[in-house]
Amino acid sequence: MKVKVCRLHVGYDRRNVLEGVDLELKAGEILGVIGPNGAGKTTLLRAMAGALRPSFGVVYLDGKELGQLKPQEVARQIGMVAQVPSVSLDFRVRELVELGRLPHLRPPDRLGPADQSAVKRALRLTGLEELAERPISSLSGGERQRVFLALALAQEPQVLLLDEPTAHLDVRYRLEFLILVRKLVQEGLAVAMALHDLNLAAQFSDRLLLLSRGRVLAQGRPQEVLIPELLEKAFGVKALVLGHPVTGRPWVEFYLPRPNP
Amino acid sequence: MGLIVWQLRLPRVFLGFFTGAALSLSGAVMQGVFRNPLASPYLLGVAGGATAGAAAVVVLGLRPFIPLPLAAFAGGVLAAFLVMRLSRTELGLILAGIALGSLFSALTSFLFFLAAGHRRLEEILFWTMGSLSRADWKGVGLLAPVVLFGALFLGAWARRLDALSLGEEGARFLGLEPRALRHLLLGAAVFLTASAISLTGTIGFVGLIVPHMVRLILGPGHRCLVPAAALAGGTFLVWADVFARIVLAPAELPVGVVTALVGVPFFLVLLRRAR
Repeated sequence: MKVKVCRLHVGYDRRNVLEGVDLELKAGEILGVIGPNGAGKTTLLRAMAGALRPSFGVVYLDGKELGQLKPQEVARQIGMVAQVPSVSLDFRVRELVELGRLPHLRPPDRLGPADQSAVKRALRLTGLEELAERPISSLSGGERQRVFLALALAQEPQVLLLDEPTAHLDVRYRLEFLILVRKLVQEGLAVAMALHDLNLAAQFSDRLLLLSRGRVLAQGRPQEVLIPELLEKAFGVKALVLGHPVTGRPWVEFYLPRPNP
Repeated sequence: MGLIVWQLRLPRVFLGFFTGAALSLSGAVMQGVFRNPLASPYLLGVAGGATAGAAAVVVLGLRPFIPLPLAAFAGGVLAAFLVMRLSRTELGLILAGIALGSLFSALTSFLFFLAAGHRRLEEILFWTMGSLSRADWKGVGLLAPVVLFGALFLGAWARRLDALSLGEEGARFLGLEPRALRHLLLGAAVFLTASAISLTGTIGFVGLIVPHMVRLILGPGHRCLVPAAALAGGTFLVWADVFARIVLAPAELPVGVVTALVGVPFFLVLLRRAR
């Protein structure tokens, strides 16, 4: 068990956003976190990254309490790509990805051979080798998204947390990005990602976690979670769940009930 | 002749170099930490504090007991310390810096008012209009190790300074503790600024513009920027001072006037080229 979350209550300024969340995340699987806006998806990922302190409950990493570990130790094992990652300086791609080695370094933060090869691997996996010397400002949105994934991969984490990783991507890049994540997971990475596109979540997740108003409404395989009653309860609209003719995965459509005459 | 070079010119060159280096290093750190190109070494109220410190010693008649540079240094560090204690966020620091800077300059004006007609008044004015004219080997000997150590320290922490550009949350995801890191780096910058201006008074512009010049040429990575800003700032101030001394000789221009007169056009050219 890589990450285990028990009875998690967490939020901002004493107001809890999540109340009593339980989950488990194993190596080699993708957990899709779904739910309407404000359900607490981002807050959950932040808490799992150790960036928020629970007001009640515990997040365990390999059986150790996350709050007991030093931030640097956490960052060696957990990488996170925020929803809208940003950088205020116009670094070159390689310089930015190299920052991913910081959890493994101490000042003067010189990169050794192991660090160099981790950076190289991150650039290779994300297909950024050719762009390594380009300034970030010259990249497209999709390329930039990959740079921040490479930054997290350079940390060589065992757990990767992705918050709406495909929000700003075209259809093609969305699929390519998630196929890349899938590939990493086959090598043993544990991934939790928040997605608002339920069909993408269904297609790429091993398990889904449906959040609604800070609580877990359902958790399990996509077929078990994506059922009309649960979706209607979470999203407040009518849901139609079909089987995708090609992938065989659940396929969700939403509609508003026809008003009565 | 040899005596003039040895006792006047040479210390002045060295003091100019280390002062320029200190201000430029400090400016680079401030701009990095605040992720704001308008940040200057004086952002946290160091200049106002230093001037008020010197003014207080003069006006209160403590001149025989406390050396002015020490008073200025203490005032500058105290101001910045108060600013950092008062606020926790980036914006809070900037606002508190402006507020306390104003408070200290009002305090200085008040002390001026009390000291009207005081024969030591020009000693206070010295701090508001920076100059290298008081250079001696003792000052160089005090400032040089501070600047060398400061440059080494900031060079070693440069990659972490880079990481602050990812924002509070981005830095945290890399295992850094942004608040502690910020305070450490700002502390070093404040120490450098206060050390330099306690000997020379407030010299504007070097710390604001030189880091930008270097950034436009070398890019934003602090591992190159930090050493380059130190060298460029030092060199820049030495030549600005030479210019200030000879252009209207035997009269001497305030070096701050020259840094602006020479620096701005150069900076604008670079800025145009970078677009």
